Parts: sequence; structure tokens; C-alpha cells
Amino acid sequence: MSELFRRYGHTLTWTFVALTAFWLLLLVILPQLYLLEESFRLYLPLADIGGPKDVYTLANYRSAFEQPTEWKFWLPFAWKPVILPFEAPIRIQVFVHTLVYSTVTTVITLILCYPVAFYLAKVANPRNVPLLFVGLLVPMWVSEILRAFAWFIILAFKGPLNMALVNMGIIDTPIRWITGFNSVTFGLIYVYLLFMLLPIYNAIQSLDTNQIEAAKDLGASSWRTHWRVIIPHSKPGIASGCVMVFMLAAGSILVPTLLASTQSRWFTEIIQQAMFESQDWNTGSAYAFMLLVTCTVFVIGMMRVFRVKLSDIAR
Amino acid sequence: MSAGVDLQNVSCDFGKFRAVDKANVSIKPGEFFSFLGPSGCGKTTILRMVSGFIDPSEGQIKIGGQDMAGIRPNKRPTALIFQNLALFPLMPVWENISFGLEVRGASKDVRRAKAEELLKLVDLHDSADKAISQLSGGQKQRVAIARALAVEPSVMLLDEPLSALDLKLRQHMRAELRAIQKRTNVTFIYITHDQGEALAMSDRVAVMSQGKIQQISTPQEIYNTPVNGFVASFVGENNIFKGKVKQVDGSKCSFETDAGAFTATLGPAVDASTIARLYVRPEYSKLQAAPAEGANSIPVTVTDISFEGNFIHVHAADKTGRHLTVETRNDGSVTLPAIGSAQYLCFEAATARVLADQGMKDPGIDE
Repeated sequence: MSELFRRYGHTLTWTFVALTAFWLLLLVILPQLYLLEESFRLYLPLADIGGPKDVYTLANYRSAFEQPTEWKFWLPFAWKPVILPFEAPIRIQVFVHTLVYSTVTTVITLILCYPVAFYLAKVANPRNVPLLFVGLLVPMWVSEILRAFAWFIILAFKGPLNMALVNMGIIDTPIRWITGFNSVTFGLIYVYLLFMLLPIYNAIQSLDTNQIEAAKDLGASSWRTHWRVIIPHSKPGIASGCVMVFMLAAGSILVPTLLASTQSRWFTEIIQQAMFESQDWNTGSAYAFMLLVTCTVFVIGMMRVFRVKLSDIAR
Repeated sequence: MSAGVDLQNVSCDFGKFRAVDKANVSIKPGEFFSFLGPSGCGKTTILRMVSGFIDPSEGQIKIGGQDMAGIRPNKRPTALIFQNLALFPLMPVWENISFGLEVRGASKDVRRAKAEELLKLVDLHDSADKAISQLSGGQKQRVAIARALAVEPSVMLLDEPLSALDLKLRQHMRAELRAIQKRTNVTFIYITHDQGEALAMSDRVAVMSQGKIQQISTPQEIYNTPVNGFVASFVGENNIFKGKVKQVDGSKCSFETDAGAFTATLGPAVDASTIARLYVRPEYSKLQAAPAEGANSIPVTVTDISFEGNFIHVHAADKTGRHLTVETRNDGSVTLPAIGSAQYLCFEAATARVLADQGMKDPGIDE
């Protein structure tokens, strides 16, 4: 803090602090606290608010566990659902689907991004890297809505992808890409690709190239060099990329709405429905907190499993 | 076990820049061989070509008689010690050392045992489970050596591994490296810009400049009979006179300079037409009150005296202002000339060498 004062003077430092405090307090913490409080209260007609019916209750949270129905579970990239032998509340089904497909999105994004990040950081001629980055960034200047729509057109039954594949003779009949969670997964991967790529690129770039050469020199194959030297070094980058993509995917509303098939429902859509269609902020915020808490617990659990510390990610 | 390394007409180009130009070296098995030269002279490029990280643009590299063309670094019988050591910071010491064995599929017990054995060899007991960050500079050095030795290489390549250490430790590690080399009898190829290191440790030294090997010889020969001006001035100190060869008489010649004519030993490939300089080491130069009989003498004025303990350096200037140095061993009874006094700087013809200029800017000449 004294360092900040020294560098920017009192006026500027207090302005920074005040703006940050305003943003955190008024735009983040207070609204969250308001929603948290609302989530424990019932959705009542105006006249009853403050009356004897207005009590703290878990009813909103409990409502997520109501209405058990048959569970059609969609395996990743399956064209047909598996019907599970037990019934489950409909919202919980959607909730589980959301977590599963956010994970699938994260894993595929990681698999796609790691080689690209490695190429950019260590293989590509440094003179070409800025150009390659421009190539990666330009599509991201287009709004998320447009990009999701573009995928909707590409993946359509009579769309260009099917047309190209049929004309090239790779498939005989067009594929119904927008089935199950396929299209949503495609869209999420595309939209959040850079959030995975950049942290991994940064991590790999900070690795001393001599370490890679040392491993090679001692006889290591490329696989082993990645496994023992490069991946352990870039683990913080991989972890922060995964956390970001997972959280963004689980909390995404645009892509799951625009690229939805008839069967894919995302938990954020249920929250949105409650809040905006039913005007029931109490239930909506209860669901929102369910998602937030579960995702956080899930992420912390995964970090434990892969032995990543929070301080690694913050680096 | 140990293998020789042959470089036959090896060149390396980076675009238009020729980093190494037609290098021909034959390094014997079990030899401690150094490449000595200023930074940018191509010595590291040679090392990287031997280890396989760079392919030569032309020529052939053989290790143990086998052509290395097309063989990747991970398949060569070499082990490289990097300038910054490049230890794996996320692995404990013993995993670092046994990494090469892990790659070869050795079991954990075998690897652990080998790591312990090598740690003993490099005098680092009880450090197997330490983290790399817990080690001091010298200890890291030893771990790097042990890691390279673990793969039982035929040739060890060392890229200025001592440059990051402080003076005392560096001198200690010199002896240590030499001892390890003798014990293991592995061929060592050592890269350095420090002439002291190269002379002290090596069986033979190759002096390099601007991509070309200038001289390959034993440390004594490099120092005593340098073949050209570059080698003479890069290895050791000199009093230098620019001039022309006037008269050749067997191995001696008369050499005319602006400070007068001297008799000196003629270096290789020097005649009246070459641009040449006369080099004489400060320890072969003497200061006395009167000109010496039968030796070269020039009148000088003493400008400064620096007392180094075992040696005394007397700095002087001749009438053109040329800076000259005389080195005298301190035997406890030397009488030093007064600063500002007029003296004669004398040297024998046998110790002065007239060497070709090589048409390059020599380091250490302030003209």
C-alpha cells in the first residue's frame, strides 16, 4: 500500500481503492448477499411480504428436488439417450447434465489447446507468433451471440458442414448434429477456447527451453518430455485454464440457448426461466447459489485430485 | 566406454551468417578437450552440433567412429551439461539424476541405487530427497554432473558450466571436474571463454575465433607458441608492437617498429609481406637501468606499479605512449623502480614472437 502511495500519490491511490471497493461492494458483494437472503424467502404476493407467511425457509432449494421423471441421459457425442433405470427430479437431471457437459467441454478444450499452446510457445518461429495470435484473436472480436449463431448455421441439418461431408463422400446421409448436447458442446468449446489457450501458452512459454533439451539429451522421447517436464511445469496454467472454461461453460446462457437441441437443457436456462419468466427471484437465486456452490466444490475437489494449489493458479 | 569425436570439415550457417567454418578436430577417447574463444566465436554451436540439437550445414560428425547424421539428440551417446544446468526444479535430486535411467525403463530401486552411487561420486551424500531449490550453486553443479553421468555417456559436453559460480568455488570445481573426468575416463568436451579454465583443466585446447579454429594444441603449446596474433592475445597478456619483418635469418628475424628494430622469433606463415605484430609476454620482459647486452631494449618511463602479492606488475610507457607491462615474481627481495623513473624494457629474441595478424581485430589490444 505504501508502495502504491509512493508511486501514484494520495489522490490517485485513493481513487483506485475507492473505485475497486465500489465495484466489489456495490456491484458484486451486496447484490449477491441480497440474492442469498432472497433465496431463503418465499415468493409471495406483495401484500404478504413482511407478514406472517414471510419466513426463512429452504423451500426454494427443496423445489429443485421435486418432480421425479424418467432420466434420459445423453452420453457425450451419442446420437441417442440412454434411459437410466431410475427416476430423478427433472431439475437435478438438468443440473447433472450441465456439470457433465461442462466437464466434457473442459477436457476437449484442454486436449485441443495444449498442442497449440506448445506449438506457439516453443516450436513456432517467434517472428510468426504475433501473426498466429492475431489469427486466434480476430474471431473473438465478433460477439458471442454471432459466433454461436454461426455454429447453428454450420451444424444445421441442411447446413454447410453436412453438405460438404456428403459431397466429399465422407458420409452418405446428413447427420443431425444438433442432437443431445453435441451442438452445445461444440459451441462452448469454440467460444471459450482462448480462455484455455492463453494461460497454458503463458505457462509453457515461461519454461526454460534448456529443460526440454536436457530431457531430450538424456534420452527422453517427446511423450516423456511432455509428461515429466513440460506438463508438470505448465500445471498451474492448465489448472487455471480448466477452472475458467469449466466455470464459464457451467454459467453460460447464450450458447446453450442458441445451440440447444430439443433435448439439451442447461441449468442456467432454468435459473433464467425462474427469474425472468416466472419473475420468481427467490427460487431463481436459490438455484443460482446451488450452481455456484456445487461448481466451486467440484473445482476445489478437482484441484485436490490434481494437486494444484490456489496460489499456483493466482500466479 | 568413452569414445572419440571427429569433426570433419564441419560448417554451420544461420542464414547468411557462418557460425562455424570448416572445423576439423579429432578428439581422442578419454580426452579432456576444450574449445576456447570469445562469445560468438561458434564454440557453443559446435557443442550443439555434437549433441545433435543443430545439424551441420556441411561436413561430418563422428562419435566413436559412427556418423551422427540423422541421429536425434535422445539417441546420441552424449550428455550435455547446460550453462544454466537446466535441472528439473519439480523433481527431487535423485529423480533428476536418474531421469536418464527412467527414460530407459529402469525400475525405481535400480534408479534410486544408481542415484545414491552417483551422489557419492560427486561428493553429495544425503541429498537424494532434497529439492533442487534447496541446493547451493556448487551442489547444483554436482547434481548436473551426476545427472549427465547417470546415462553413462561416451562423451560429456559441458557448456561453460562454471560461469555462474563465484571465483573460489569455480577454482574448486575445476579440480573436481578434472578429477571426475579422470575417474570416469569419459571424453569431456568443455566450452569456455575463460582461458584459465581451459588451460588448467584440458589435455588439449582448440582456440576459436569468428567460427574458425585457430589452433589446436596442448595448453602449454597454446600459451608458449601461439600460431597467430589472435591466439597470443586471447590467451594471456602481451606487450605488442606493430611493424614489419625486415630480414629473416633462420627462425629469427629482424622486426622494425616505431619503437625501433627488434630481433624476434618468426611465427608460422609470416614473411616480409604479412601484416604482423611482435608479441612478448610480460613475464619475459624485464626492466633495468641500462640497455641489455645481446637482447632487445627500449627506453620506457614507469607509470604505475600494481602489487598483486605473488606477482608485481610494473606498467610503463615508451616514447610513443604505448602501454607496456612487466611481470615480476615476488621473491621477497625485489627492488621496485620508482614511478616516473626512466628504465629500459628488455626481452630476449627467443621469447618474442612475430605473428600474423589474421586480418581480424584482436582482443586486448588498445591502440
